[in-house]
Amino acid sequence: MKVFIYPTNSLILYDMVERFGHEPLAIMQEIGKKVRSQGLDSPPMNITPEDPKFGLKYAAVEVPAGVRGRMSLLDPLLTKAEAAIIVNDPVISFGCMGCARTNELVNFLLRGKKIPILKLDYPSTEEDAKLFVYKISEFLKSLKPAEENK
Amino acid sequence: MEKITKMIVINSSKLLPSDVAMKLYETKDDIIVKETCFGIMVSGERAILDPLLANIRKLDPYGIFIKERGFAPGEPFRCRATRRGGARPGFHNLETEDKILPHIAAALKALDRGDIPGPKKQTKKLDIDKLKAIIKETEVSK
Repeated sequence: MKVFIYPTNSLILYDMVERFGHEPLAIMQEIGKKVRSQGLDSPPMNITPEDPKFGLKYAAVEVPAGVRGRMSLLDPLLTKAEAAIIVNDPVISFGCMGCARTNELVNFLLRGKKIPILKLDYPSTEEDAKLFVYKISEFLKSLKPAEENK
Repeated sequence: MEKITKMIVINSSKLLPSDVAMKLYETKDDIIVKETCFGIMVSGERAILDPLLANIRKLDPYGIFIKERGFAPGEPFRCRATRRGGARPGFHNLETEDKILPHIAAALKALDRGDIPGPKKQTKKLDIDKLKAIIKETEVSK
């Protein structure tokens, strides 16, 4: 099953999803496509003529370009998402994760998709981490029957 | 075929990035390997990389964490050599998560042992009377 992760560039969440046998949907995949495609001077800062169309699906033209640009990257991931793991208020808000409005919009869109969602907090102690990993493993195990039904 | 890059972050007491690099070279697959301070970056075809890294993870299942990276090793948009030094974008994220990797490793071990963790302990807020008492204690008499 394709599992959207938030923060979308999280090492821990990407690793967990892959470790437990699902396909993580992370922003790196989309950035990688931009980097590998010819004709972009400075990916992912540059965009293709197609990208604004994806961004405009979610936000009006008055909305800051950064939100629309980020949404154009996140659109393929949101479209493919069959489940999601969300970390509440992550400390990490750098780079592609640095836009609070995009992050709010992504969370809102995920809630609207009516897919299974797991919400967690980042662990700070070993006990918290045990609960964090246990919840993720149980959530991902619960998704497996859905994959088999397909 | 899709060419991708994956980051192997090593947080292990029994494994060094150089050990993993040697294992990767031994496979003689068509891949690019770069050793870094946090682990290894590997670039190659997805069909080659995915099964290869599944085997590499077995070297230390609790000490190896893997994620995809958008940029290939030495990519001029990200490489510090062409950006006049400084932390590359994405490093701060990695650094923040790297701090909690030992906890995650311990949690994965506990999960494999079959431990079921108890509910999270809620920290109580400071009682208002206790706060007033602390304020009174620390007040400087005029």
